Amino acid sequence: MTEYHDPSNVVNPEHADHHIVTPKVYAMVYVALLIATGITVWAAFINLNIFNPIIALAIACTKGVIVILFFMHVKYQSKLVKLTVISGFFTFIVLITMTLTDYISRAWGLW
Amino acid sequence: MDNAIAATHPHTHETAVPAEHHHESLPQHRHHFETQEQQREAGTFGMWLFLLTEIMFFGGLFFAYLLYRNWYNPAFVAASNQLSIPLGTANTAILITSGFFMALGVWAAEVRKKTLLVVYLILTTVFGVAFLGVKYFEYKEKWEKHHIPGASFDVREFVNPHAYGIKEEPLAPDMAQKTQVFFFLYFAMTGMHALHMIIGVVLLFWLIRRANRGDFSSGYVAPIENFGLYWHFVDIVWIFLFPLLYLINRHPV
Repeated sequence: MTEYHDPSNVVNPEHADHHIVTPKVYAMVYVALLIATGITVWAAFINLNIFNPIIALAIACTKGVIVILFFMHVKYQSKLVKLTVISGFFTFIVLITMTLTDYISRAWGLW
Repeated sequence: MDNAIAATHPHTHETAVPAEHHHESLPQHRHHFETQEQQREAGTFGMWLFLLTEIMFFGGLFFAYLLYRNWYNPAFVAASNQLSIPLGTANTAILITSGFFMALGVWAAEVRKKTLLVVYLILTTVFGVAFLGVKYFEYKEKWEKHHIPGASFDVREFVNPHAYGIKEEPLAPDMAQKTQVFFFLYFAMTGMHALHMIIGVVLLFWLIRRANRGDFSSGYVAPIENFGLYWHFVDIVWIFLFPLLYLINRHPV
């Protein structure tokens, strides 16, 4: 706990420093995204049955996380913003899971 | 007179230490925020709340796609293989490039380089419009083949693919009708994505005008940064749309 009285959240060290992401980092992210795009197209032409959509989604999720962390600066944001982003995706996963559970259990075996 | 009234309704912090609270009129420090950093974090927080509603919106579309693809799988396989991988891949690269220039634009605003910022915003716009241009030709092809769901929808390529040189399993007439569900979701999802891009391009024109005026070259980067968040979000939607619509049924038998 802080020793000083800070009711209006002025001296919170969380948002005292602002990080500027350099063009070098952006360039690395850009190249990584292009490579991942290449891999996902290449992997689509290999017959892996059930793993085709899994791999495609895994690569898409990786790309999405990279964009969120670096292009969207979430890696350098305060805990408030990080928690907001995470809670949004968490809520989305809860909604998907609950709906899928209902869908799967209605006509068991007839998916 | 006015001052006398103000003095009887003082701001709580100002009464404590009035000297510490001279009010700025900078756009990056509105008077209802204590510090610039606080204002900036509040803006980012608000932008993310908006983007979360967008995630729920597109998430619903993705979820509909998941269920219907599972339900009418043969129709979705045949219909999704109608999409052009070269065009889809090119568009993915174009959109990532646009996002890259947007990210550089945020950097240029942070380090207060006005000309660079304008150049990067223009490049972001150019690649965004290029994406929409490719999308136009993809839609046009679907229109010409009567693959727009509705009364004029044509199932011939799905019922009798070999006659059209398409290496797909022929679909029964009732399953072939379900390709309309795929194309409905294809147009709904890519159409909503394209609408977001069009809105983004309109906002970019406005931001370029303001950037050229020097609005964002003196420490006020919030509009650029928050628009960047929006633009990258639209990128992410496409990052998921591309494999799900174009790629996952593609493996050669």
